[in-house]
Amino acid sequence: MSRTATVSALAALFAIVACGRSTAETGEPPASGRYDLGRAATAGEVAAIDIDIGPDGAELPAGKGSVSQGAMVYGAKCASCHGMRGEGMPPAYPKLVGREPRDGFPFGRDPALVKTVGNYWPYATTIFDYVRRSMPFLQPGSLSNDEVYAVTAWLLAQNEIIKNDATLDAESLKAVRMPARDRFVRDDRKGGAEVR
Amino acid sequence: MRDKTPVGPPADDEAPDTALTRRDLLTGAAGALGGALLSRVSPLDAQGTPKKPAAAPVPAAAKPAAVAPPPPLPVAPDDPTKVPGTPTSAQGGRSPFVNPSRTPVGDLAGTSYSPLQDLTGTITPSDLHFERHHAGVPLIDPAKHTLTIHGLVERPSVFTVEDLKRFPFVSRVHFIECAGNARPVFRDAKNENITPQRAAGMSSNTEWIGVPLRVLFDEVGAKREAAWFLAEGGDASVMTRSVPMSKAFDDAMVVYAQNGEPLRPAQGFPMRLLLPGWEGNTNVKWLRRLELGTQPWQTRWETSKYTDPLANGTARQFSFELDARSIITSPAHPRSVEKGWCNISGLAWTGRGKIRRVEVSSDAGKSWIDALLHPPVLSKAYTRFSIPFSWDGKPTVLLSRATDETGYVQPTRERLVTVRGAGTDYHTNHIVGWRIAADGRVFFHGDT
Repeated sequence: MSRTATVSALAALFAIVACGRSTAETGEPPASGRYDLGRAATAGEVAAIDIDIGPDGAELPAGKGSVSQGAMVYGAKCASCHGMRGEGMPPAYPKLVGREPRDGFPFGRDPALVKTVGNYWPYATTIFDYVRRSMPFLQPGSLSNDEVYAVTAWLLAQNEIIKNDATLDAESLKAVRMPARDRFVRDDRKGGAEVR
Repeated sequence: MRDKTPVGPPADDEAPDTALTRRDLLTGAAGALGGALLSRVSPLDAQGTPKKPAAAPVPAAAKPAAVAPPPPLPVAPDDPTKVPGTPTSAQGGRSPFVNPSRTPVGDLAGTSYSPLQDLTGTITPSDLHFERHHAGVPLIDPAKHTLTIHGLVERPSVFTVEDLKRFPFVSRVHFIECAGNARPVFRDAKNENITPQRAAGMSSNTEWIGVPLRVLFDEVGAKREAAWFLAEGGDASVMTRSVPMSKAFDDAMVVYAQNGEPLRPAQGFPMRLLLPGWEGNTNVKWLRRLELGTQPWQTRWETSKYTDPLANGTARQFSFELDARSIITSPAHPRSVEKGWCNISGLAWTGRGKIRRVEVSSDAGKSWIDALLHPPVLSKAYTRFSIPFSWDGKPTVLLSRATDETGYVQPTRERLVTVRGAGTDYHTNHIVGWRIAADGRVFFHGDT
């Protein structure tokens, strides 16, 4: 008997004695493709961390917030870093408000242009996603859904994308079309001799 | 103030050296900049005008960052063969005469550049691996950390660290490089006071141990219609990136160890996603959740950040695979060369497989000669190159140029500007080198 076979036989014997199983396996992956490790995730525990909001906004929660409510939230929770009117404190704290340049999308040609929510962000729903998961910087995840709707509304209004008297909820946020919506294209580099 | 490091996103996201520090935030009014900060902390009323001031948000647990100075050098015996050395110890350290150090820029959201010029071979010591994070390095109890996989799967599941270790594992050597690694030297091509650490130190190379992602996706029964998955980190940034399923069935891993020990905290302890050859940001650290879906999530990190605006008025996104790149790490600024023989030595890597060739020029690109590639030449890993060089005392420029196995040749900066535009600066990989002055001093040369 080879050493490997001996080890396998001993392992099988040990498995039978120790675990009460009828067989033990070594070497080959299980025929089912499954190792039966981990445990089932309950619906509740998935829901507790399934916080992502995609581009179509299908996952947006209940709640609402107005631009004026957003001004209060922004002033209390955001302005200390991003400035009173979203001008930012570059380079540490990004500028959030600004539509310039209004014509075209010349960011590739002009390194001096500053990217903002208003000019370089393709989906309004992901503002909600990002603010809710990562902001405020020192107290991430502390805003209520209503507060996130409100501060999203304020950001969109400051960027002249929605009106100053608007209130956002799931349906109205889904309907917002961002100025940079059609500017993003998939990577087309493929390796090989061509530099792209 | 200028020597401090920023709290907010620096380095690859923003120019790093003039920002606020966490110390500024925490000490508040101390200093003019802290005062300026506090003056901005005032809520707006409904019309957007300031009301009463409020306190800055200060976390009780945060402490100012401090970089400890190296300890004073000990006095070595004149003859070490005549006195006993130090006794055995539980953990080793470097010789007190050797002090390679990362360059931390920013702290709560920051980067530490790896000291490429101090490293030999290809493996980055784990404590010198570059770090990049967006809300600090979390303190995670591995007994409490789990990975949840859900979405388009037959069996939504939760895995502990110990569960992961029971799956078949693989060991792979791969680099990780931040998409903004060459950003500062691409933007400011004229700055000569740049070290290898600053020119390319947002990359490192490691032996990783973990579970192939396809094993986990088979375990949970990934559904056929799943085309993308979302990876989410368990730090305060809760960062998310969308990844095509094809990468999971190629070479993606969930890793829990590096270079013979558990992951270092700054590298994602207790588990991170590893996507060999893909931009660093997608290698999500402190991985807590994978959700399978049909479309990318278009997160902030794949739209507002890490995208490449092009001269044609679009912005390229999901630029995952890193193009071939090389850098000479010796000789390099700020050290000098002397007349006579030395080694030109450096590193090359590509996200598209193996490095096939590295050429070196010692005459500013007029002629090129193949450098020696030191085996093993591994796929999507650092390759060490070298070539002997005898300096004749005349000013010149040393350059290196990598070619990968797809036939891609590392371009000049001018070429990248031509094909992409001067406004793009992530995923840059231009040829760089070193100008040797008549007195032997060495300066960065990035304007290629």
